[in-house]
Amino acid sequence: MSSHRKDLFKNGEEFLQLFSQGAEFTKELLVENERLRASLAALEQKQTDASKTPEEWNKYRHELQARLQDLEEECESVRMRLQQAEEENQQFAARYLEIEEENNNLANLYVASYQLHSTLDLDEVLNIIVEIVINLIGAEVFAVYLQDGDSGRLDVAVSEGAEPSEFPSCSEPGGIIAKSLETAEPLCGDPTQPPNLEQPIVCIPLIIQNRPVGLIGIFALLQQKDGFSALDHELFSVMGGHASTALFAARLYSQSERKLNTIQGFIDLLAK
Amino acid sequence: MDRKRILIVEDSPTMRQLLMFALRRLEDVDIVEAQDGMDGLRKVSSDHFDLALIDINMPVMDGLKLISLIRGEDSLRDISIVVITTEGAKEDRERALSLGANEYLTKPIQANRVLAIVKDLLKDEPKA
Repeated sequence: MSSHRKDLFKNGEEFLQLFSQGAEFTKELLVENERLRASLAALEQKQTDASKTPEEWNKYRHELQARLQDLEEECESVRMRLQQAEEENQQFAARYLEIEEENNNLANLYVASYQLHSTLDLDEVLNIIVEIVINLIGAEVFAVYLQDGDSGRLDVAVSEGAEPSEFPSCSEPGGIIAKSLETAEPLCGDPTQPPNLEQPIVCIPLIIQNRPVGLIGIFALLQQKDGFSALDHELFSVMGGHASTALFAARLYSQSERKLNTIQGFIDLLAK
Repeated sequence: MDRKRILIVEDSPTMRQLLMFALRRLEDVDIVEAQDGMDGLRKVSSDHFDLALIDINMPVMDGLKLISLIRGEDSLRDISIVVITTEGAKEDRERALSLGANEYLTKPIQANRVLAIVKDLLKDEPKA
């Protein structure tokens, strides 16, 4: 068979296939047409039946109106429920954010108090106070004052951002330091004021049983920190309460250790 | 799902504990701590990590040196790096980012922000 005849035969087969597909499609169209014709006839019959008498027509119309009203009411009720659900959703989202923030704040406070009571070494307690003031509060220039055992005076024990000798004395009357020691409450100034080593922005008195054991004075904040949040104020209170007890306990412990060593020395001497 | 591994390189125990608190909320994550840059380098070299949170000011080896060493080592280049520091100046940020840090956060940190960034980086790694 020549290639020309083969092509003709192939074209013929393709044509037949196309033709049979067309025939099938036409059959489907006819079936669909019949179905639609029956549906239209049923609707026309229903309308004709309804319009035979005015009563029938009215009844049909009322039925349709009632159905329409039902649907409109249902639609309105669904719309209201949707709106309600959206409002509830927004409230839950806002509440979730609040709880999340509260959770974060509690984590900060827990870590601060946990760390403060994690040691009885005075230098370590002071280091932890410094870490908290830098990392959790965001202070750049500050000093931690400690009460001198003999004189009762508050002297700078550790400082950041300036030399200890540059910080003001706690005995100067009239300033925010004296006021916070008097009231035994943390006091805050304006955090946006330019750094001034004479006037702290925040004073946190460390007081136990009405006796000051120390004080934290913050004189400048980190440049990215532009104010105090609710968490900061909570941290000031935690520092006021827990740092003072941690310092007091560490001092008592070191004193008792010293006394114990002295007594042990005496006992060893007597035993010889 | 593969567990992700996070390394916290921070000299302050308070910050390490705070970051641990925040990151423990993530699922399928293992967290390891290092107390300075050298300790961080040792841990990152001997074990696989997907992300490192690195402080800048640390004793023994600072955070910037650690970042440049990590980015200079082919086998460690896929680690996402988040800097968490007190240094808020623009030039500090630019320097850390130019050395290869993926994100730069300043202290005091917000746990939500740290979590969002860590989640994002763990999802999209490698980022270097």
